[in-house]
Amino acid sequence: MTAPLLRVRDLRVTYRGERGIVPAVRGVSFELDEGETLGLAGESGCGKSTVANALLRLLPRGTEVSGEVLLDGEDVLAMKPGRLRAVRWTEVAIVFQGALHSLNPVQRIGGQIAEAIELHDREADARARVAELLELVGIPARRAADFPHQLSGGQRQRVLIALALACTPRLLVADEPTTALDVTVQAQVLELLERLQRELGLSMLFITHDLATLSYVCRRTAVMYAGRIVEEGPSEDVFRRAAHPYAAALAAAFPVIGDPSFRKRPAGLSGDPPDPRALPSGCPFHPRCPVAEPECARVEVELWPAGEARRAACVRVLGGRS
Amino acid sequence: MSTVAWARRRRALRQGIAEYRRDREGLVGIVVLGLFVLVACSASLLAEAENLRAITADERDYPRWASPGELGPLGTDSLGRPVWDQLVYGSQVSLLVGVAATLIAIVIGTVVGVVGGFFGGWADAALARLTEWFLVIPFLPLAIVLAAVLGPSLRNIVLVIGITSWPVTARLIRSQVLTIKERLYVERARALGASGAHILGRHVLPSVMPLVIANATLTVPVAILSETALAFLGLGDPTRVSWGSMLEDSFSAGALGREAWWWYLPPGLCVIAVVLSFTLVGRALEGVLDPRLRDVHAVGR
Repeated sequence: MTAPLLRVRDLRVTYRGERGIVPAVRGVSFELDEGETLGLAGESGCGKSTVANALLRLLPRGTEVSGEVLLDGEDVLAMKPGRLRAVRWTEVAIVFQGALHSLNPVQRIGGQIAEAIELHDREADARARVAELLELVGIPARRAADFPHQLSGGQRQRVLIALALACTPRLLVADEPTTALDVTVQAQVLELLERLQRELGLSMLFITHDLATLSYVCRRTAVMYAGRIVEEGPSEDVFRRAAHPYAAALAAAFPVIGDPSFRKRPAGLSGDPPDPRALPSGCPFHPRCPVAEPECARVEVELWPAGEARRAACVRVLGGRS
Repeated sequence: MSTVAWARRRRALRQGIAEYRRDREGLVGIVVLGLFVLVACSASLLAEAENLRAITADERDYPRWASPGELGPLGTDSLGRPVWDQLVYGSQVSLLVGVAATLIAIVIGTVVGVVGGFFGGWADAALARLTEWFLVIPFLPLAIVLAAVLGPSLRNIVLVIGITSWPVTARLIRSQVLTIKERLYVERARALGASGAHILGRHVLPSVMPLVIANATLTVPVAILSETALAFLGLGDPTRVSWGSMLEDSFSAGALGREAWWWYLPPGLCVIAVVLSFTLVGRALEGVLDPRLRDVHAVGR
């Protein structure tokens, strides 16, 4: 078997802010093969967007990053600035969240897509390519002359997808691409992403807090909590039969329409994610864990096999008690 | 493509003009300003440069201290020079110094503001300290010292005013760059593989340009006032008549005591008119070019 397209090994990201040192990502490892899809799920602040930004080294100056981000065997974290700029967007492109703010409000969308093309290929016929890209995401090519505010939220998100595809990247990172959209528009954008991924044979890293979405879009899912991956496996298994109590709680937070038990008591997780500057001892999830045991406060376990192609970081899995 | 682009630009320009015309103060300002520019450009038609000298070549002899009733539109000064001719030629100096000094100030201010704001770090710290240093130094003493050291000539006056009036612009531009820099679309441009220079040229500079233009129009009146002040203190170019030097001459010749109002009043009023009209134009331009102010102005009207 050939080496995976993306291999992240023991990635650690520590922000140095005015309010102290924030270890946002604490040793994350995963692999992504050519044409494969991986979902990254978790609550706000669990470090999933930080992982996405670290892939292209888009972190604020002064941030400490260690580990390896191997793209085709080449470590992104060790690249020289010129090589890094060349790799950005041609190898890995990002569909940002918040389409309104990711587009320059005073420039036409066509020009903004052309900007990406011209940055990497001066001779390219940017105008023709822009028209082609817009049609690909279902926007009439003549809208290239529109400003972002003239488009609807869903259309703007489509523009961002077109922008992400501008330089035919091999890996698409979708960072909560549907967060700010209506449910019906969300479905359209998801379908579009899923179709493009299939037709273009892209690898995709899909970041969201919505496990139900992941089971639709991605083959595999990794759940993050407090800067670490706590469970990883086929999306359907993680969503339906989570091995880690946190993943189970996250999956349960989405109501099953038609199931009367959800009507009485919306399942959710009490409490907030821990402050990354002062993580609880042992397993960072134990204060909120419904099935915590005394030893959870003492040891933080590594990811451990939990069934076929699955791994989880929980003492209950370790002891075969799940 | 380019014809379409130009049509759009023309349309944007027309919209901007329509926006501007709704500002009545701005219209008054631009009319008055246009008048002064016209006078300055056609000075040789409206007045005789020869009359600026105390002793003319053909030894024309005008009476001294002549009131407007006795001679010409505005009478003569203590040396028998017609005030009208001085006033007309003085407008050239005021406008020239105002615009040229502003150009210097704006260029320095924009470069300092953009470099500091965009690159941050120690460069920003150093430039911010420099800006504050220039900001807290009292302008007049510094300008007097510089003018005295460099020697009184029109070029030096422009230089002195230019290099002392950039700090406000620099701070304004820096703060604008800081807010632009944090926008998500700048981060997106970085993700596209854009270099710092590309982001500066494509995203940062275009968004600070309107601010620069509006700020420039508001810097001109300050520069004109500074020139007047320096000339009044006797640090102006002795070979050129300016409104400031007219005020100085009239003051030292005792025009106030003799109630020769036709000598000191016109230059004073001209300074006020030009400064005021520049300020009005600058404010109106600001309203057109800075979308954030558009609503504020509309409510005020």
